Amino acid sequence: MLHSEKISAIARAEGVADYTSDHRVGEDNIRAFGLDVHNPVFAVSGTTIVVFVAFALSYPELAAELFGQWRIALTTRLDWFFMAVANFALLFCLYLVVSPLGSIRLGGPQARPRYGYPSWVAMLFAAGIGIGIMFYGVLEPMSHALTPPLSSEGITGGARRELAMASTIYHWAFHPWAIYSLVGLSLAFFSFNKGLPLVIRSALYPLFGDRIWGWPGHMIDVLAVLATLFGLATSLGFGAEQASGGIAYLFGLPNENWLRVAVIAFITAIALISILRGLDGGIKRLSELNMLAAGVLGAYILVLGPTGDILGGFFQYGAAYVRYLPELSNWVGREDNYYMHDWTTFYWAWWIAFSPFVGMFIARISSGRTVREFVVAALLAPSAIFVLWMTIFGETAMDQYFLEGLQEVAATVREFQPELTLFVFLEEFPLTLATSLLGVVLVIIFFVTSMDSGSLIVDTMTAGGKIETPVGQRIFWCIFLGLLGVSLMLGGGLSSLQALALASAFPFAAIMLLMVVSLHRGLRAELKLLDPVGRA
Amino acid sequence: MYQRIGVPVDLEHPETLAKAMATASTLASAFGASLHLVAVTSPSPGAVARNPQAFAERLTAYADECSARHGVIFTPHVRVCDDPAVELDRTLSAAFHQLEVDLLVVASHVPGLRDYVFASNAGWLASHTDLSVFVVR
Repeated sequence: MLHSEKISAIARAEGVADYTSDHRVGEDNIRAFGLDVHNPVFAVSGTTIVVFVAFALSYPELAAELFGQWRIALTTRLDWFFMAVANFALLFCLYLVVSPLGSIRLGGPQARPRYGYPSWVAMLFAAGIGIGIMFYGVLEPMSHALTPPLSSEGITGGARRELAMASTIYHWAFHPWAIYSLVGLSLAFFSFNKGLPLVIRSALYPLFGDRIWGWPGHMIDVLAVLATLFGLATSLGFGAEQASGGIAYLFGLPNENWLRVAVIAFITAIALISILRGLDGGIKRLSELNMLAAGVLGAYILVLGPTGDILGGFFQYGAAYVRYLPELSNWVGREDNYYMHDWTTFYWAWWIAFSPFVGMFIARISSGRTVREFVVAALLAPSAIFVLWMTIFGETAMDQYFLEGLQEVAATVREFQPELTLFVFLEEFPLTLATSLLGVVLVIIFFVTSMDSGSLIVDTMTAGGKIETPVGQRIFWCIFLGLLGVSLMLGGGLSSLQALALASAFPFAAIMLLMVVSLHRGLRAELKLLDPVGRA
Repeated sequence: MYQRIGVPVDLEHPETLAKAMATASTLASAFGASLHLVAVTSPSPGAVARNPQAFAERLTAYADECSARHGVIFTPHVRVCDDPAVELDRTLSAAFHQLEVDLLVVASHVPGLRDYVFASNAGWLASHTDLSVFVVR
């Protein structure tokens, strides 16, 4: 008898819910014209995207005003909600680590991980928010050093640097990874242990039962598709502007539309090749290559920068993060609206909007790990990499500004030119052209892995969780994303669509809270059922 | 001439395999070769089964059914791959080489427009492996 059948038999005998369903993967799919897509998620999400994009391009000013107001309302009035949800996600993840629920293995007691830690972490990083290290590694610590949060403009010297680094680490370590872990874990558990389709709605099965295969579930999956596509397309559009800005600066070219379109076309072409190489031959290899290239660039700055300060800073700033964490994560009585709204709430909404995509991708590569292994590794490994990276680049940039009086990097920060900050920073080091080219290559590969994994996930979401879909569908989504990025960039709809992606974070944050209840129920029932058959 | 004959199996559409199975069993009887069915699944739930264990049971049942129908023993082999939509052909090729198969019998459809862009599984195996391939339409 299969393990899952044993579990079901015990569940029936002991009257414990085992949360399995008769619904089969791809049951609602339509197979026509060589396609295998979910009815109605594919059609509804596709149509909605086309309508929104057409609106944003036809009436750019109206769309910018309308959606811009959503963005302001979201980051100013719902700051408490996003901060509370992010804190809660982190606390719940820590609870899973210390509770007996952490011993449950994703995929059943006999399952074993299919990827070693280095590849797993590399993919986690590349599909998630790895691109951020390229644009914000120098910019964010410098920005918080110039305008300190927590109404602490008066502090100076080492304390100012500590606060700048702590408030940067707060946005990139632990909290975002707790959000992704929560979604990824929910999907992995209900998919690998309960046999439910790998789609967002499955994570709410214990709460809604078989009704989740109807319209409530359709709406959840459509929302996830919209958040992912809007988020990825706007990232691609803004990213292309940034990458072309860097290329133009390096080679003295005019930063015009043709260069931006060429960047998107190039990224899309490489992503298509990566798609045709599959998960192991494409995303995995590119992610490993990216980690290696990032490691080379980081090591170069570490050696040529203030090495002793950086190594000491890694621990010093880590401790500062822990010390400032209660203040930074508290929204009551705060007056530093610029930091809390324009940075923290924006980031939290953005990470939450991206969580269906990143969470589902993490789930797909995580069968065979225990809940505890999953959460500890997903929280610690990327966070440690971020702290190290931000310390290397942030500490060096702050040294250049505070000790050597160099103003160039600070000028790009004051003018908010993320596309230039890294390259201006690298000019202070030997072999500028080589390191800057490495930077451009890193940016491009990070976008390629995001587009490849994004196409994979959107295809799975719009195919009812089916993995074995015609490869043409994934190619379609990749090209669709590229075209979306180009048209939004040329038509001036990037900010509007970014606001829409952020808006999707609000309902999705509520879904995440339901996921916590649902996952807790599912894991508790699984633990009860595992004891009689042994956890192996 | 042939000692080990391999047949890739798509458990989602077993109805398309009848002719290939009959051909493979006839060839196996003629050459005194052993028969090996290989099917690929992913760790995620699929249309055929909820997990790789259940998938293996389905394949074993299918192999038993074929053995009973054709009077030759079909041995089932499951391979798990993370991205079967793209890596199916390479996974099959690796599995058949590992099993030291020397003849493949592959069910295939009549080529259409799409096959000019994306090769069929049989087309890929015939073009990319050093094994003899018998394509059954």
